[in-house]
Amino acid sequence: MSQAATAGRRGSPRRFNLRERIRDRDTAVYGVLIIVAILFPMVTIYATDGTALVSHATRAGYFVLLAIGLNVVVGFAGLLDLGYAAFFAIGAYSYALLASPQLESSPAHHAVHITFWILMFVSLLAAAAAGAVLGFPTLRLRGDYLAIVTLGFGEIVPQLFYNFDQWTGGINAVGLIDQPRLPVWVQGPWSGDGPFTFVRDFSFNGDPVAYYVLIVILIAVAVILVNNLYRSRLGRAWMAIREDEVAAAAMGINTVTTKLLAFGIGASFSGFAGAYYGASVSLVSPDSFLFIVSITVLVMVVLGGMGNITGVIIGALVMYTVIFYLIPGLPENAVSLANNVGLGGIVPASGDWPGLAEETQRLNFIIYGIILVGMMLLRPQGILPSRVREQELKHAAVQEEETVVEQAHAS
Amino acid sequence: MSEPAAGNILELTDLTKRFGGLVAVDNVSLNIKRGEVFALIGPNGAGKTTLFNNVTGLFKPTSGRVLFDGRDITGFKPHQVARRGIARTFQNIRLFDYMSCLDNVRVGRHVRMKAKVWDSLFKLPRERKEEERVTEEAMELLRFVGIAKHANQYARNLAYGQQRRLEIARALATDPKLLLLDEPAAGFTPQEKVELMQLVKKILGRGITVFLIEHDMKVVMGISERIVVLDHGEKIAEGPPDEVRKDVRVIEAYLGKSA
Repeated sequence: MSQAATAGRRGSPRRFNLRERIRDRDTAVYGVLIIVAILFPMVTIYATDGTALVSHATRAGYFVLLAIGLNVVVGFAGLLDLGYAAFFAIGAYSYALLASPQLESSPAHHAVHITFWILMFVSLLAAAAAGAVLGFPTLRLRGDYLAIVTLGFGEIVPQLFYNFDQWTGGINAVGLIDQPRLPVWVQGPWSGDGPFTFVRDFSFNGDPVAYYVLIVILIAVAVILVNNLYRSRLGRAWMAIREDEVAAAAMGINTVTTKLLAFGIGASFSGFAGAYYGASVSLVSPDSFLFIVSITVLVMVVLGGMGNITGVIIGALVMYTVIFYLIPGLPENAVSLANNVGLGGIVPASGDWPGLAEETQRLNFIIYGIILVGMMLLRPQGILPSRVREQELKHAAVQEEETVVEQAHAS
Repeated sequence: MSEPAAGNILELTDLTKRFGGLVAVDNVSLNIKRGEVFALIGPNGAGKTTLFNNVTGLFKPTSGRVLFDGRDITGFKPHQVARRGIARTFQNIRLFDYMSCLDNVRVGRHVRMKAKVWDSLFKLPRERKEEERVTEEAMELLRFVGIAKHANQYARNLAYGQQRRLEIARALATDPKLLLLDEPAAGFTPQEKVELMQLVKKILGRGITVFLIEHDMKVVMGISERIVVLDHGEKIAEGPPDEVRKDVRVIEAYLGKSA
């Protein structure tokens, strides 16, 4: 017995090293993502002579943040949440109301302007609290029932912001939202402003590069924190509940508080994303948080590889590119393609034919649907499923443990 | 803590569980002594698993009392029961399929861990230390049940017998004083049954009391010191294996009344 124990202790450091090495697939993905993230603004600004692509990236960024948060709820804890946009809305409105002239025309008659850096965390707390409030009465429900309740919550919240128009401006939206400010900022060739310059009392005011830097940092922090949770007591408890709630409870896991934590922590990331969204768009309206947002984020999580953080990031980036870049650009591309291959005749409208551009436009959602179905058929487990790593782990590590055990038995 | 009466670790007093009109467990009283192997047998549908579920908090008893280690735990939630020191396995294996064997056992350790959300979120040194310690302990348990070489495999990829062993390791990880095994030898080959009996003896050697449901008479007779027989939710016999085997009511319950 003690022989086995000592042999095991000798064996385990090696095993950890091995695990570390095999985890390399994730390390590689993160490495590529970091390099791309750093080079992206410089390369695109140089290549396209404009910041349109950087603006796209900042928008893709908050979808990544949302996907990372939803992954905690859906991927880790296995709770299907169809109303995730509600928390996003709560985060966005928390920032918008406390950093704009809006409250001046409300019954409070006093505008509030708190700095972004504080409100970021206020939004986080507000969203997390909303997650807990929603979670408390509903988490006894299972599976489909929980999904329906979250769906309802996702519908109610934008309606609330719409109907409490005294406070929120309702359909008129909250505008003129404050921009984050920093005492010092560095501008350089990447922002198209020539050599390095230090800027004092810098305002983000519509500067896509500044917003890009901010969202990359937020994502990096989120990834580190979620990764830590994933490999912790709480992370395992979430997964245990996902796999078998009864067995998890029998192992001493308080399923109610553990699920509440999943909801709260998942929601807090969307609170973060909401504050960022409010600042970067400078306009928050109830229409921005409809069901389609929840579904889009869910699609990102599922297509990327539920439960796997790198997969979810890739999924969010791919889906963003498809939905907001490829598909809107389709009519134009179809026209130029037709012209180039000598089918220019089908481009203009004639008779019942609405013209190639218009027709492609009408097919947008069909094409989107086909892409979704195709991806799910080809890779039902997602682009980068968490399973792969485990399967990789199997081979080498098992053999090593085998020798350890044999040594133990032999002695 | 008050001294548990006569060294009993578990005392059930007039335990009854009704589902509508059906009485699944009918006024059952039994005492399990610290450090023994106690078996619960009976024909299919006799209420054995229901009795387990009442002890572990999955069901709330309709009436009666569950006293564990001198304390009343009647109506406790499953996680509270586990925290007190009762662990169990399931008749139809319930592992965390898409988690590694190591993680399955580490989940079992959950209840004895201290890390809070903040510790994990920021990977504080004490959390790291605890994780390392728990990983060691989990590996030790996997070795104890003899499946250490599969530590990094998904639980679902294990062979049937190994899954049963993993479930036992996971239960042991909660540091139980009392281990409830629900038909641990079901579907085992004779060789595996022998190994299981050895494993139960090893568990006993760790100072853990074992309470098991089992159909296989060889296993029951081989390892248990006392047996209770349930039929239609009622206790019909209790005593050492040799006596129980000769009991007329027990024979009737299993073979039917002779004319």
